Amino acid sequence: MNAQEQARPVGGRILTPPFLALTALAALSAVLILWRFVAGLGASTALNDGYPWGLWIAFDVVTGTALACGGYAVALLVYVLNRGRYHTLVRPALVTSALGYSIAGLSVAIDVGRPWLIWKVPLFFWHWNHRSVLLEVAMCIMLYTLVAWIELSPAFLERGETSSNPKVRSFSRKVLPAVRRGLPFFIAFGLLLPTMHQSSLGSLLLLSGPRLNALWNTPLLPLLFLLSCLAMGYGAVIIESTLSSRFLGRPLELMMLSRLSRVMAWILSVYLAIRICDLFVRNSLLAALFRFDLFSIMTWVELALLAGPIVLLASSERRRDPGNLFLAAMLLLLGGALYRFDVYLVAFQPGPQWSYFPSVTEILITTGLVAGEIAAYIALIKLFPILSGRKPTAPARAAVLGRSYMTAD
Amino acid sequence: MAHSDSRTIENHLRMSGVSRRDFVRLCSALMVTAPAGLALTSTNSVDELAKAVGHTPRPSVIWLHFQECTGCTETLLRTSAPDVGHLILDVISLDYHETLMAAAGDQAEQALHAAMQKNSGRYVLVAEGSIPLKDNGGYLELGRRRGLEVLKEAASGAAAIVAIGSCASWGGVQSSGENPTGAVGVDSIIKDKPIINLPGCPPNPYTLLAVVLEYATMGRIPALDSLKRPLFAYSRVIHDNCPRRAHFDAGRFAQAFGDDGHRQGWCLFKLGCKGPLTHGACATRHFNEVPDVWPIGIGAPCVGCTEKAVAFTMPVFQTVDLHSIPATAPDTYAPIYTPQGHISSAATGLAGLIGGALVGAGIMASRRLRTPEGGEKPGEE
Repeated sequence: MNAQEQARPVGGRILTPPFLALTALAALSAVLILWRFVAGLGASTALNDGYPWGLWIAFDVVTGTALACGGYAVALLVYVLNRGRYHTLVRPALVTSALGYSIAGLSVAIDVGRPWLIWKVPLFFWHWNHRSVLLEVAMCIMLYTLVAWIELSPAFLERGETSSNPKVRSFSRKVLPAVRRGLPFFIAFGLLLPTMHQSSLGSLLLLSGPRLNALWNTPLLPLLFLLSCLAMGYGAVIIESTLSSRFLGRPLELMMLSRLSRVMAWILSVYLAIRICDLFVRNSLLAALFRFDLFSIMTWVELALLAGPIVLLASSERRRDPGNLFLAAMLLLLGGALYRFDVYLVAFQPGPQWSYFPSVTEILITTGLVAGEIAAYIALIKLFPILSGRKPTAPARAAVLGRSYMTAD
Repeated sequence: MAHSDSRTIENHLRMSGVSRRDFVRLCSALMVTAPAGLALTSTNSVDELAKAVGHTPRPSVIWLHFQECTGCTETLLRTSAPDVGHLILDVISLDYHETLMAAAGDQAEQALHAAMQKNSGRYVLVAEGSIPLKDNGGYLELGRRRGLEVLKEAASGAAAIVAIGSCASWGGVQSSGENPTGAVGVDSIIKDKPIINLPGCPPNPYTLLAVVLEYATMGRIPALDSLKRPLFAYSRVIHDNCPRRAHFDAGRFAQAFGDDGHRQGWCLFKLGCKGPLTHGACATRHFNEVPDVWPIGIGAPCVGCTEKAVAFTMPVFQTVDLHSIPATAPDTYAPIYTPQGHISSAATGLAGLIGGALVGAGIMASRRLRTPEGGEKPGEE
C-alpha cells in the first residue's frame, strides 16, 4: 500500500447547509416513521392485501440493496479476481453497502406488520422453515449488514488509534489487529451472502407464479437479479466516486473508473443477452413485447435504459469521458431500478381489483432514509479514513467546502 | 271415431306425410309447455295425449291482423327444425291468415267470409294487434272497412277469441304514452265471447297451440287469471324460474353490459330486468326450440312484455322495486371487483417531483462533467 493509496479522513466542516438539509429530510422521515408505528400501516401507507409489498420493499430493500452492492461487487473484483488496483474503491463501496443494507433492514422493520417479533427470526432457529426463500433473504440481509460494518470497522479503529481520548486509543490499538486477522473470514462471508440473497430476491417473485406477468416470469429470474445487482454495484461506485471527487474537490480516479466501467458493461451485456434470449426462447413472449400495453412498454423502456450504457461505453475513448461515464452509470442504475420495480410492482398483478401507488408518507419516509444515508456517507468520509488518493488542491477545496456544492464553478 | 274421417288431426297428418314420431314429439312439447292447468295434458302419458288429440277434428282457426308488427306470426313461422311451424299448421286448420295466404284483394275478402260462414259458431278467432278507437277508428282499415267493424263481424261467429301478443291483449306498444290512435285490446271491445289473452312480445307459439287444442279436444278454454291469461302459461313468475336466479341469491350482479359479470352470465336485475314483476313461461320454454333463446338467456334483461303495467311503460333499464317475492333485492350491489387500494394525487405529484429532480440533476451533472472548468480538471493518471 503506497502513500497515495493510504485512506485519510476528508476533514472539513460537517454541518454544511446541504448536510443540514439532508438531515432535515431524515428528521421528517423519523417523525413519520414514529407516526407509522403509532397509527399503523393502514393509516400511513397505501399498502393493501393485494400489494402487501410496496415502495419500501421495492425500493429500500430490493433496489436499495442492489445499489448497495458496490462493496460486494468491488470485493469480488479485488479479492476473488485478484485485481488489486481497485483496492482503493473497497472502503467507500463498503460504506455504501453498510449504509444501504442498514437502511434496508430498517425499512423491513418499518414494513412488517409485527415488528416487535423481528428479533425472534435469527434466534428461534428451531422454528425455521428451511425451504423459505424469505427466511434466507431475511437472514442474509441481517448477517450481511453486520458483516459489512465489521469489514468497515478497521476504518473506525484506525481513526480511534489517533483519538485524543486515551480509552478509545487503547481499545482501538487492542482490537484492530484482531479484526485485521479475522478480516479474510468476514470478506469471504461478505462475498457469499449477497450472492445468496440477491438471487433470492428474484426467487421471491418467481414464487408468485401466474400472478407475475409473462414478460418477467422466467426461471432465470434469480440469475438476472444477481447479474444486474453486480452491474448496479459498479454503477453505484462510479457515481459515488465521481460525485465525491466533484463535491469534495478531489482528483477523479478516471482511469480506474474507466476500467471498472468496462467490467460493468461486460456484465450488463451478459445480463441483456440472457434477458433477450430468454424472451425469444419462450417465444410466446415475442407477441407480448409488441402488444404495447403497460407491460410491453415497461419492458422496452427497461431494455433501452440498460442497452444505453453498453453503447455509451463501447469505445475506450468514450470510457475516458467522465460525463459519459456518469451518464452511463446513471442509465444503468435507472434501468436496474426499473427492472426491480417492474418485477415487484408492475409485473406482479394480484388481481384486477387491486391497485397500489405509494402514499405521501411512504415516499417521504423513503426520501428521508435516502437523505439520511447520503448525510451519513458525507459525515463518515469526513471523519474516518475511507477515501484515499491525492489530497485535493487548496483552491478547489475552498471552492467546494466554503461556498456552494451544486455550483462549484 | 272412424279412421276414414279426414277431418281428424291424426288422419290429416297421415295424409300430409307427417310421421307419427314427429306428431308424438309435438305432443311431448305440448306437455312440457303446459305441465299443469290444462285438462288436455292431465293425461298419464304422451301416448294418451296423442290419442286424444289425434281423434279430434282439426280446429278451424281464423287469424286477423290489426295494428301490429306481425312478430307473433313470425315467431310461429320461425320455429326451427324439425319445422314445428308446419306441424302446427297441419294440426290446426288455419282457414284464414293474411300473412300466409296467396290470395289478395277481393279474393282474400271472399276467403274470409267463406271461412266464417263454413265454420260459423265453431272457429277460434285469433286476433293479432291492437284496435284503434280514436277518431272513430279511422287509423286502421281492412278492405275499406274500419278494423273495429272487421273485428266485431269476425267475433260474432267465433266460439272463442284468442288475443295473441301484447297489442291484442291490451293495446301493447301502440297504447303506451300518449296512445295517439286510442289503441285497445280485444277484450275492451268484445264482451260477449270467451276471450283468452296471450300477451308477450311475442308469446310462445306453443301456448297458442295448447289453448286451441284444449278448446278443440276438451271443448273448453283453459283456466284464466284476472287479466284473462291462461294460468298454465302465465301463473309462474319469470324470476322464480330464472336460470340465473342462483346469481341473484348469491348477490352476483352484472353491473354494466359487457362487464365481466355480464360475460359470466350473472343476474341482470341491476340492468333493469323485469323478471320479478313478470308472469310467463319464457324461463322454462325457450323460443325456436333452441335452449337459451329468450331475452335473459342471451344476456338481455326481461322487459316484462306480458305485463300491461310494465311493458312499454317502465323504462327498459330501470331497476324494479321488489315487494311481493320472498327474495330481498339488494340496496347496494357488490361490485364485480371491489377496488382495493387508493392512489393519492399528492403522492403521484410528489413522486413525479422527486423523479424529475433526480433525472434533471443526473443530466446536469453528466453535462457539467463533460466540460470540466477551472480548477475542477479531473486528475489524469
